[in-house]
Amino acid sequence: MRRALRLPDRRAPAVFWSALALVAAVLVALPFALTHIGTAWVRISNLALLYVLLALGLNIVVGFAGLLDLGYIAFYGVGAYTYALLASPHFGLHLPFWVILPIGAAIAALFGVLLGAPTLKLRGDYLAIVTLGFGEIVRIFLNNLSRPVNITNGPQGVYRIDPFRIDGFSFASTQRFLGLELSGPTKYYYLLVVLVALVVALNLRLQNSRIGRAWEAIREDEIAARAMGIDTTRLKLLAYAMGATFGGIAGGVFAAIQQFISPESFVLVESVMVVSMVVLGGMGNVWGVVLGALLLSFVPEILRYSVAPLQHALFGRTLVAPEVIRMLLFGFALVLVMLFRPAGLLPSAVRKRELAERT
Amino acid sequence: MDIFLQQVINGLTLGAVYAVVALGYTMVYGIIQLINFAHGEVVMIGAMVALTVINALAKSGLSPVTVVLAGTGCAIPVCMLVGYAMERLAYRPLRRAPRLAPLITAIGVSIILQHLALLVWSRNVLAFPQIVDLRVFHVAGARISNVQLAIIVVCVAMMAGLAVLVYRTRLGAAMRATAQNPQVAGLMGIDIDRVIAATFAIGAALAAVAGVMVGTYYGVAQYTMGSILGLKAFSAAVLGGIGNVPGAMLGGVLMGVVEALGAGYIGSFTDLCRYGWLARLIGERCADGGHFVLFGSNYQDVFAFAVLILVLVLRPSGLLGERVGERA
Repeated sequence: MRRALRLPDRRAPAVFWSALALVAAVLVALPFALTHIGTAWVRISNLALLYVLLALGLNIVVGFAGLLDLGYIAFYGVGAYTYALLASPHFGLHLPFWVILPIGAAIAALFGVLLGAPTLKLRGDYLAIVTLGFGEIVRIFLNNLSRPVNITNGPQGVYRIDPFRIDGFSFASTQRFLGLELSGPTKYYYLLVVLVALVVALNLRLQNSRIGRAWEAIREDEIAARAMGIDTTRLKLLAYAMGATFGGIAGGVFAAIQQFISPESFVLVESVMVVSMVVLGGMGNVWGVVLGALLLSFVPEILRYSVAPLQHALFGRTLVAPEVIRMLLFGFALVLVMLFRPAGLLPSAVRKRELAERT
Repeated sequence: MDIFLQQVINGLTLGAVYAVVALGYTMVYGIIQLINFAHGEVVMIGAMVALTVINALAKSGLSPVTVVLAGTGCAIPVCMLVGYAMERLAYRPLRRAPRLAPLITAIGVSIILQHLALLVWSRNVLAFPQIVDLRVFHVAGARISNVQLAIIVVCVAMMAGLAVLVYRTRLGAAMRATAQNPQVAGLMGIDIDRVIAATFAIGAALAAVAGVMVGTYYGVAQYTMGSILGLKAFSAAVLGGIGNVPGAMLGGVLMGVVEALGAGYIGSFTDLCRYGWLARLIGERCADGGHFVLFGSNYQDVFAFAVLILVLVLRPSGLLGERVGERA
């Protein structure tokens, strides 16, 4: 099963391709099914896919290279603000998205290196706190760079951000296509699915590449890795830069979908959330990370819509605010999953082996 | 009024509280290498319990000091229980698990505690009853209130008490032994589970007192107050060298002072109108005593984190942290 889920080698079994086709068909049909339940669910799926992108980006840093990053959301913020400032009435700039996304990704990568370079010597929890501080610093700057010169518009955020647009084709408006009604969120959904598929493929290819194996060596034992001739400095920076790039791209898409961003979207809790997705899913394992991200973004939403009716059914009225119950259950879920599956839901092969050895 | 001295006094007060909370982080980390993310929430629960008790007793005619002591006296056992429970339920089963697993349960526990507090105490900002008369003393041009003095004195006393506990008692010796090597400590007849549970309980007791002090100092309490406080205290613990008891004290005080000085001075230092050639460059906004402040006091947290990052870049294991041999 595990082998089949990897990208196919030359003798890929037919089972793999048929499974892939099935998954693709489900993914294509999903938004139409979701629209029947409620249009909100397409938007929720889009956010979930954004989280998948973020989690996969962070997985490179945390899962592959073993560098705990608690400020990852800063790169998301950098990407989002780059897009917002270059495509909104705030500065009167309206560059097309295919120009901005690479710029945003590059700036995010630069921030990644900026964070990585001074912290190369730090280990484990010292690294964690520095990345956390870095994330907070970026957020505080976003929050306050409205005076004396207004750059980010402070806590009010940037609004009326341009959607993705190619000539006359806008991602924000509803269109009829082959007799099917395509709403704005649905179009973004397809875009995101393609993006996620690309990033998943990239992650899978990275994992067993020369670079991926070097990261694994650094994660397991940095000194031994260096002794084996691995350029640890360059590879650690590469991990940061790559993780940040994905964060930056996801941020740009986020800004375009929401058409409004404010520093509130880039708080510490979000970083913590993405780390939880990676660890809960099974860090280092691409499919585990995807699963973790989907679960942690969908479960709270499902709870949001089911907790209040459930209380009505049981007690005839709302006893406890749904928001509170939702977060309580979420907290318990985090604890319980980790208690029963300490290596994550789908642990990577290496972690599984480690755990077996120790007990 | 001497602004510098005033900011140092404010910083010392805040720093003393940070130090006490940081001790909770550092003791737990020293023993089981876990960042107890939920420690800040314990501080919050302490503040909330004390607030409830003080409110209930405020009109009872007891002397203010007795009321505050009663509040603290109730907060301490509650927090100790919370600390013990989370160790028992969320961390102990994961002692042999991969390193990040307990970190995630810690985050889970933190979410749970926060929202339980939200259920009990609502999401409002609650006013901490001001039952102690505020008296202000003037020292060399700066003002120091009796509450500030009390906070500093209590914190110093608690730190001294903890130092005695860790370095002079059997339990302290057991804690230090467990921190060095749990397996060997176990072989020497130390009940490791008990020692770890005790560490959590002691840290939680300190956190409870810190919660009461923060509440009285700022005059407010809210269910979210634990996170930012915990973050600062954790930074302080890392600044001093995490796992190191004197380091946490030093780091806490330093963090408080740096933050206060940063808040006091960053605005005027980055006022570009102070610098002649820049003022000419900016022109009209600087005319007539105008200001062009690059970073105002809302950047005070940036200042604290920047100092933290700088220290760690120069000394990767904190100020007093031992250089840990890289594990082979």
